[in-house]
Amino acid sequence: MEAFLTTYVVPAVLVLLQSVLLLVVLLVLIAYLLYADRKVWAAVQLRRGPNVVGPWGLLQSFADLLKFVVKEPVIPAGANKGIFLLAPLVAAVLALSAWAVIPVSDGWAVANINVGILYVFAIASLEVYGVIMAGWASNSKYPFLGALRSAAQMVSYEVSIGFVIITVLLCVGSLNLTDIVLAQENGIGTRLGLPNTLLDWHWLPLFPMFVVFFISALAETNRPPFDLVEAESELVAGHMIEYSSTPFLLFFLGEYVAIVLMCALTTILFLGGWLPPFNFAPFTWVPGVIWFVLKVCLVFFMIAMVKAFVPRYRYDQLMRLGWKVFLPLSLVMVVVTAFFLKLTGMVG
Amino acid sequence: MLPTKGGEAHSGTVMLNGLPAVFFYLFAFVAIASAFMVIAARNPVHSVLFLILTFFNAAGLFLLTGAEFLAMILLVVYVGAVAVLFLFVVMMLDVDFAELKSGALQYAPIGALVGIILVGELIVVLGGYAFSPRLAATTGQPTPPLAERANTAALGDVLYTHYLFAFQLAGMVLLVAMIGAIVLTLRHKANVRRQDINQQVARVPETAIEIRKVRTGEGV
Repeated sequence: MEAFLTTYVVPAVLVLLQSVLLLVVLLVLIAYLLYADRKVWAAVQLRRGPNVVGPWGLLQSFADLLKFVVKEPVIPAGANKGIFLLAPLVAAVLALSAWAVIPVSDGWAVANINVGILYVFAIASLEVYGVIMAGWASNSKYPFLGALRSAAQMVSYEVSIGFVIITVLLCVGSLNLTDIVLAQENGIGTRLGLPNTLLDWHWLPLFPMFVVFFISALAETNRPPFDLVEAESELVAGHMIEYSSTPFLLFFLGEYVAIVLMCALTTILFLGGWLPPFNFAPFTWVPGVIWFVLKVCLVFFMIAMVKAFVPRYRYDQLMRLGWKVFLPLSLVMVVVTAFFLKLTGMVG
Repeated sequence: MLPTKGGEAHSGTVMLNGLPAVFFYLFAFVAIASAFMVIAARNPVHSVLFLILTFFNAAGLFLLTGAEFLAMILLVVYVGAVAVLFLFVVMMLDVDFAELKSGALQYAPIGALVGIILVGELIVVLGGYAFSPRLAATTGQPTPPLAERANTAALGDVLYTHYLFAFQLAGMVLLVAMIGAIVLTLRHKANVRRQDINQQVARVPETAIEIRKVRTGEGV
């Protein structure tokens, strides 16, 4: 009995507590990133943005949450009820579950599994189901068109994301997310005789891949300028038209969790995860998790700025970019990186 | 590849106990139940969704045997890409599957009979089946223990080090098949308007825009 407690119950409770802590921090962070997104967007357009609820509008996201929850959920008569309600759950739960393997500091991951990056990639590739199921189950034209668009879009950009991840993995030699971060302690900077700084991180040697990954991440999470799934001017709100109240909230939440997940992935793959930008005195005093959050916020700021000043792509342009520009480019980079590593003897 | 945590091997079979056993029966039960629902569901879209659930549970079973790489690849390839296209096609198809299936019930007794015979044969065959005790000595590339080599690396050894040419050959066959499929379906129609992106990008204001001074009240 005691063995059962120590082998199963205690670890289970620990994992549960860690997950709850991660979720609470993540959701509060997302509430404020959402607020920041709107503020950045407003500032670019010379507006004020949310400024009514709480001081400087700081409580706006929580007011929105409350409003969504107390509204009446409307289910259209022609909808396929089960799948209609399952879709937002799929969207939100999948997006949240990917966070289980994200290391926010050295050893701070709920599950430090060997194939962490593949797990995140698998979950990211499943997120399309929330959209497709919603689009089909709504039994309405605009949502269905949105679902069809998203299916093609997300599958296309996954391919180039996959190749970018392979390039990084070639440099690291491990599928574990913690190893990927630790591999960035030494790099170009230390080879030149400098101390460990941000020059060692992967963004510098793999800069083209960094750009491809960032843009593909926008397309994968249906962010502007690639938000054709829910393009207001064409599809009203795409797959989310028929949703109201909490189901809509779940979609909205899932979307933002997926975006922040992509920010975290960019941080881990290219920006050195929790490593401080300069490995000496004042910078090393700051704990790793703070650096991680700061980097995630930086990437999110870039995503918010892209939304604010890049016009929406046309659908054929989106497909052309994915298949005719990013796919060949990332494929060539995989080959070039592999040859470089082999010829310089950095990898056996 | 078996013994997992809590697993215990004796006389050729693997016994699972504790938590892994609970999860094994959970995944196996849900996999079989949802596989049954794939053929039993009336709505084809529901069938595909049950198929996806089956894939998920198969991935769970892979995880239990310690083959986490295969589990994730199963999710990425089958669930993330193949099943999406499947769902896509089934949603677009305007086939009344209920009508197609309506006459199926009259064949149920014959189907059941064939099924029972097949199950009986399987029981007879598998009942007397066991791995040869000398199997481990005869395999060319014995699976290294999990503690020594992670299964991703072990798979890489087999595919890219020991059997590289066979693997490349398989890749070439697939490539040829893909090119063949494209050649067979590609049609170049005459008189179809096409976009030439380079032409569009290369336009300059001098050739694209004509500026005229229009006097008020006269028009162009």
